[in-house]
Amino acid sequence: MEYQITLITIVSISVMAALSLNLITGFCGQISLGHAAFYGAGAYTSAMLTTTGIPFTASLVAAAGIAGFLGLIVGFASLRVRHDFLAITTMGVGFLFVGIIRQQDVLGGEMGIFGIPDPGFGKIGYMFFCLILAGITAAFSLYLKRTWMGYSFDAIADDEDTAKMIGIDVSRYKLAAFAMGTAIAGIAGGLYAHEVKYIGPDSFGFIESVTMLAIVVIGGIGSVPGVIVAAIALTMLPQWLQIIADYKLLLYGGLLFGFMRFSPGGLAALTRKLMSVRTANVEFEEVPGGRTPER
Amino acid sequence: MLFFELTVQGLVQGSIYALIAVGLTLVYGLLRVLHVAHAGLFTLGGYIGVIVTNATGSLLLATLTAMVTVGFLGIIIYRLCYHPILDKPPFVALIASIGLFIAMEEIFRLMFGPYGLSYDAPPLMETVSIAGMNLKYAEVVVMAGTATLIGGLAFLAEKTRLGAAWRATVTDPEMAGSFGIDIIRVRYLNFFIGSALAAAAGVLVALLNNLVEPTMGSVASYKALAIIVLGGLGDVRGTLIASLVLGIIESFGTIYLGAILDRDAIAFAFLILVLMVRPRGMFAKA
Repeated sequence: MEYQITLITIVSISVMAALSLNLITGFCGQISLGHAAFYGAGAYTSAMLTTTGIPFTASLVAAAGIAGFLGLIVGFASLRVRHDFLAITTMGVGFLFVGIIRQQDVLGGEMGIFGIPDPGFGKIGYMFFCLILAGITAAFSLYLKRTWMGYSFDAIADDEDTAKMIGIDVSRYKLAAFAMGTAIAGIAGGLYAHEVKYIGPDSFGFIESVTMLAIVVIGGIGSVPGVIVAAIALTMLPQWLQIIADYKLLLYGGLLFGFMRFSPGGLAALTRKLMSVRTANVEFEEVPGGRTPER
Repeated sequence: MLFFELTVQGLVQGSIYALIAVGLTLVYGLLRVLHVAHAGLFTLGGYIGVIVTNATGSLLLATLTAMVTVGFLGIIIYRLCYHPILDKPPFVALIASIGLFIAMEEIFRLMFGPYGLSYDAPPLMETVSIAGMNLKYAEVVVMAGTATLIGGLAFLAEKTRLGAAWRATVTDPEMAGSFGIDIIRVRYLNFFIGSALAAAAGVLVALLNNLVEPTMGSVASYKALAIIVLGGLGDVRGTLIASLVLGIIESFGTIYLGAILDRDAIAFAFLILVLMVRPRGMFAKA
């Protein structure tokens, strides 16, 4: 039973992290290859605070604040650089984060932070705490999709220049997407740190960023149910089947490539195609930023 | 004296970056695809170089084998992986490429083992003294080899009919096509050359470190991406300069900034700094 509880906790945290990236990449169309940095910033913030005796919930608020603040800064970068340039810049942010953490003795350097105190909810209590937060994130994502802000995100993802032309304040919405997405990632990071009780620079590297992006893309970029299903599946599969755990990266790589090659809309588009609710060309429009490249 | 030594070390490292990044920027210039899996080809080049050298004893033969094999593999990757998804949004090819790269690294690990391979008798390890500095022959070979290969590439692009067709296709594919240039073949050529250069870089890195391992492409790959972005995506001359500049900045940065940032973070700090001032690369026209 202990094992299942841990599994559900970890899965809820992944769902939350994936949904937070989905806000930025899925809803607002801003590709981020460095999301693990914000997840990591949250984890480090809350772990540093609780080890000095500050209550767990307060540390989560601080984690959201710090990660969101860093996200806002990167959001400003997204106002300057676009598309492929943004993808590489965010990737750079990820490497910069890990590179700085490694050299800071205050943050444990290469060794990381050990002995992160227990949040004090008990195993089952913590599982429910994480589940509820993941649920709130999902509900918030679904709600956001139906608000004015959600529609503006959609417009920006589809065509930034046109969105600007019809009077959408593109900069403000992009910053909002980055701030919200990274703040939620920060909370997820804090939850992760207090579940595994140990964090180090390697917990938040490029592979983690790619894994999060893989979940969003495989689920179907922008689709809340798709991302949730992908997060659950990709987190649980390696736990269930030992053989997959050994070839986890090969599986991620293969899945990422396979989905992009054969179904760029991810699971969401695949399901739609199988249910044949919509025609194939409508499915293509669902991909944010969809455009024919100039060549 | 330290100044010169750091500069030369930077140039050696920068030459390697240049060989990798030129292939990437060629692909970007032609197809607008960030070809992350390029670094997988670089790693494979290193493996072939070490294996063939150990089998035959000839480094030159090994380099040529690696370049030709990996060049053809580059064409296959284009045909099977990128060609079918070129009409999709740009992030599709980028993510497919990341997926392919991760899978390639894992395949290398499974095929060649996790601990890497070394030369049985590492070639070119003797040192030579130039202007009071002791350099390994390998380092001289890296710089000379890069200059030769890039020079050859420049000759091909500027002085031959093939090069003219190539440049025409980069500038305006449709117009080039209507003048009877076979665009698909130009793309094959592009991938062949880019991948062959990456393979050469792989062999040279294997020479410098006397080690090839499954993950040796990772850092190279991300840094090469940073470099082509710095150089202005698709701009070969800008990429060359950016490679050398980054090599030198890293070699000085490791000494003077090592306490705050590790070597790999320096590259990205520089990248972010430049992009904030010049969002389309160092040499973009305003």
